[in-house]
Amino acid sequence: MTSFWTLFTKELLRFVKVGVQTVAAPVLTALLYLVIFGQVFEGPLQGRLQAFDGVRYAAFLVPGLVMMSVLQNAFANSSSSLIQSKITGNIVFILLAPISYAEFFWAYVAASVARGLAVGACVLAVGAAFVELRLAAPLWALAFALLGAGLLGALGVLAGIVSEKIDQLAAFQNFVILPLTMLAGVFYSIHSLPAFWRALSHANPFFYMIDGFRYGFFGASDVAPGISLAIVAIALAAVASLCLLLLKSGYKLRT
Amino acid sequence: MEKRYGAVHALSGVTLAIEQGEFFGLLGPNGAGKTTLINVIAGLARADAGAVSVMGADAVADYRRARRMLGVVPQELVFDPFFTVRETLRIQSGYFGIRGNDAWIDEVMEHLDLTGKANANMRSLSGGMKRRVLIAQALVHKPPVIILDEPTAGVDVELRQGLWQFVSRLNRDGHTVVLTTHYLEEAELHCNRIAMLKAGRVVALDSTRNLLASVSGSRINVRVMARDGTQHLLQIEGYAQLERELARLRQQGVEIADLELERPDLEQVFLKLTS
Repeated sequence: MTSFWTLFTKELLRFVKVGVQTVAAPVLTALLYLVIFGQVFEGPLQGRLQAFDGVRYAAFLVPGLVMMSVLQNAFANSSSSLIQSKITGNIVFILLAPISYAEFFWAYVAASVARGLAVGACVLAVGAAFVELRLAAPLWALAFALLGAGLLGALGVLAGIVSEKIDQLAAFQNFVILPLTMLAGVFYSIHSLPAFWRALSHANPFFYMIDGFRYGFFGASDVAPGISLAIVAIALAAVASLCLLLLKSGYKLRT
Repeated sequence: MEKRYGAVHALSGVTLAIEQGEFFGLLGPNGAGKTTLINVIAGLARADAGAVSVMGADAVADYRRARRMLGVVPQELVFDPFFTVRETLRIQSGYFGIRGNDAWIDEVMEHLDLTGKANANMRSLSGGMKRRVLIAQALVHKPPVIILDEPTAGVDVELRQGLWQFVSRLNRDGHTVVLTTHYLEEAELHCNRIAMLKAGRVVALDSTRNLLASVSGSRINVRVMARDGTQHLLQIEGYAQLERELARLRQQGVEIADLELERPDLEQVFLKLTS
């Protein structure tokens, strides 16, 4: 366990030491979204929340922004740490050590969850200053935050293993993670979408994380939270299995 | 052991046993397969065929036990820019399952003259200092087997001497040391046994003494002054001819300007076996 804790602590320290970049900057980004969408466009967007009667658009938006920040930062933590270690070569210190594949994987994921939750908590605190928020089912919110951050942390490990250059990782982030997050209902309820786009949204695993997290605030969601949580858990198990398989084979880490 | 990288046969039928407590040298020209061999032993590379065992632990099937036995100083000058020297060494200790290792960390830093830089960020260190930290990282868990891949590349004379004193002490204490180096005099001075690699094959494996004995004996270089004042070099192979040649020179009235004894060294062995 000492190996796991050391790697986990090292990954924690890594993002804490550059907290302005890893925590403050994403909080500012979320704040800008909140100001622009929650304040400027609140009127036109208010009518697009069929599943959330009586909820102000700004209040609807905050949980979405919180979860978006959790997911994006969890992904950024593991993926950027791994790719930097691979490019600079200091990953050799981990590869030479008697750390098991599972310890390696879960240490990176746990640190990603920690960063995701830290950024998410800050965004929530900022959001609460703008709109009144209530937590109807906090345990559901926590469960989705933990599993969602875990899934994105695992995807970050996968991207970090597979990528050999920064631009390959950036492509993964810009062409996969960002669109899936932005089209997952952060800014709207999918019930406001035409049937085709609504059906397509159900194929997006990120939608279930954001919808389920929002259930924790309003006690209402587009999909039943139990189904959403099961989908997220299955996705996490699938990505974790793939990562452990790659780590065991030494794919793109050991020659 | 076999290892290919595409069309390149990096290791071709390498079979080697290094005994416990040895100071073992792995020598060879660039691209001979030394680093590949070390990487396979350390688990950084996987052999296509064959197996490696470190003190009875298979490097793949029982990789955790095998890696606990090993302390590897990589050839590349790598470091984590987020941490100080002490943090780096504490983290490395933790990777090997050791907590509260400060007493040994302090001792290693003392021997490698790193104490003054304990709280300096890795980014701020010179190349030589970073090399010292790499060596310290390999030693934090007191590994019974220490692998040094070009440990003195780019380091000053003072560190070299300190490093060899420290490594020799560890070897005397029972640690097995495996060394690759381009400085053949270092290998000649420290290694009891040497393997020479060429194009992925072991071309020589013997004690340093036997390898040195395998090249012709001492050579005497005699610089003589001719009557017209010009200097000439006369090379005498072995002592047997020495007296006869000197007598001939005296007879001819040739003055000896300089006389130098050239003993066989590893460089001659190396050139003979690898060129």
